[in-house]
Amino acid sequence: MADTSMPHSDGAPGWIRRNRQALAPALFLLPGVLFFLFYVIFPILQSFNLSFYRWDGLGDPVYVGVDNYVELLDDRAFEVSLWNNFKWLLMYLLAIPAGLAIALFLNQNVFGIRLYKSLFFFPFVISQVVVGLVFSWFYDPTFGLLNQILGFFGLGTLNVLGDPNLVTYGIIVAGLWPQTAYCMILYLTGLNAVDPEQVEAARLDGAKGLKMLWYVIIPQLRPATFIAFVVTIIGALRSFDLISIMTNGGPFGSSRVLSFYMFEKALSEYGFRMGYGAAIAVVLFLIMLCFIAYFLWSMYQEEKGGR
Amino acid sequence: MFPRPIEKSSPAWAATYQALVPMALVLWLLPLIAVAVFSIKPDVDFTSGNYWGWPSAFKGFENYGKVFFASDMPRYLMNSVLITVPTVIGAVALSCMTGFALGVYKFRGNLLLFFMFVAGNFVPFQILMVPVRDLTLDMGLYNTKLGLVLFHVAFQTGFCTLFMRNFIRALPFELIEAARVEGVAEWRIFWFIVLPLMKPAIAALSVLIFTFIWNDYFWAVVLTQGAESQPVTAGITSFNAQYRAAYHMMSAGSIVAALPPVAMFFLMQRHFIAGLTLGAVK
Repeated sequence: MADTSMPHSDGAPGWIRRNRQALAPALFLLPGVLFFLFYVIFPILQSFNLSFYRWDGLGDPVYVGVDNYVELLDDRAFEVSLWNNFKWLLMYLLAIPAGLAIALFLNQNVFGIRLYKSLFFFPFVISQVVVGLVFSWFYDPTFGLLNQILGFFGLGTLNVLGDPNLVTYGIIVAGLWPQTAYCMILYLTGLNAVDPEQVEAARLDGAKGLKMLWYVIIPQLRPATFIAFVVTIIGALRSFDLISIMTNGGPFGSSRVLSFYMFEKALSEYGFRMGYGAAIAVVLFLIMLCFIAYFLWSMYQEEKGGR
Repeated sequence: MFPRPIEKSSPAWAATYQALVPMALVLWLLPLIAVAVFSIKPDVDFTSGNYWGWPSAFKGFENYGKVFFASDMPRYLMNSVLITVPTVIGAVALSCMTGFALGVYKFRGNLLLFFMFVAGNFVPFQILMVPVRDLTLDMGLYNTKLGLVLFHVAFQTGFCTLFMRNFIRALPFELIEAARVEGVAEWRIFWFIVLPLMKPAIAALSVLIFTFIWNDYFWAVVLTQGAESQPVTAGITSFNAQYRAAYHMMSAGSIVAALPPVAMFFLMQRHFIAGLTLGAVK
């Protein structure tokens, strides 16, 4: 590997040439790492630090110890947001089986199927801002399509986004729409890679339908399932756009999640509470950290097996 | 192939399937179809309560014309382009280098650095919000496109590095070793050997990052305000406030805002999907 014994092929001075193997990666990494440290890693640490201060964003921050966290314990709105986050996490996972179902439905070779597949994927490509707008009209109590359909079946009107008990579920359904499309694409690519010989062999052994799916297909879709799981968890915990567009946290703050509540506290029109917002963000980060640790651990296991 | 190919089953079922797919599609896209229909309706349809009926007149040209010539929409679109394109170039350029370094060289801390990028990419935005906003204010870049671009480049570098590094790992390593034996300088190996092989990865990442950044709303709200620098995702909310209850206008505006990533997807479909699956599901 080392090329110190090679003749001088370019005009690099001796020291650089000797340390080339060590120097090159450092130089290639430098800009990316610096940028990333500056804008991502240090801000995380700063947020941790800031969560121990009271700060309105203008004057000098005042050190208050763990006061922000103590306040969180008694904050009803925080409790609601945290609870909603768990709803998001759990219900968002439905995107994975739903995506698999659609992928299985579309995994055929009929005329025009490629176009159908892309059109099914459509919802993922458009911005969540538009998805939120579309769904708030869909739910609208006066003219929304949902209530037209309910009315058609003789059922009463449902004001999904105005009902504190329903609103979070309503927004999650809107979020599931693009997320299901994403999982569908992951599974469609995964199904392409399923070993046809194994399927034929299992067929000869009499496996079919659900049994075939469970014992032969799903184990082979593992990589797709892993990625679907990762992106769905991240998507669930990042949910912000839809809530901001569809309800702005309402009614009565009942559709807030931590990411939205944090934003509201830190940059609200009633005065900035940066320290308190940072404390909320830290809690959200710690929840996410459990998943990040699991993802990294899985990747590490795979790395050990690789080159 | 699973499920069993349709052409091997009964013709009746095959015909049913052929009919079922478009029906399912219409159902799946119903909310979008509704918006598309809304956007060509005249405003009297909404005041007279004709929400779901046939449009009483075709007003598509008027509605879209207003979006393009009588609102701030073109400015927002321009801002989006000026934010998205530099971000794509910056993030892809940086991650080609980091991905190359992490994928090709063996050194202590390699995996650690790689995991730093991966973990950073999964972080919830909110933990970055207050410090990044502060940083941007301090640099005098608040409410500028440059402020948004710099942050986006840095943050997207995490995801791009993950992608690039895995892609480079899958390249034939012998090629690089052969070049080293020949005494080729490292930067030449990067530029003349690895980079040309990375074209598919660069294409995939570019379309993907384009879509991510175009659709970003959170950072647009946190780091900008006002028509001079806001991208279209944030602009559409002010647009909608301007046309409150004018559903035909809001629909037309939304469609215009959503169109560029859609076009990107249809033009570069293969690359897009390769990117989404992180290149892992081959």
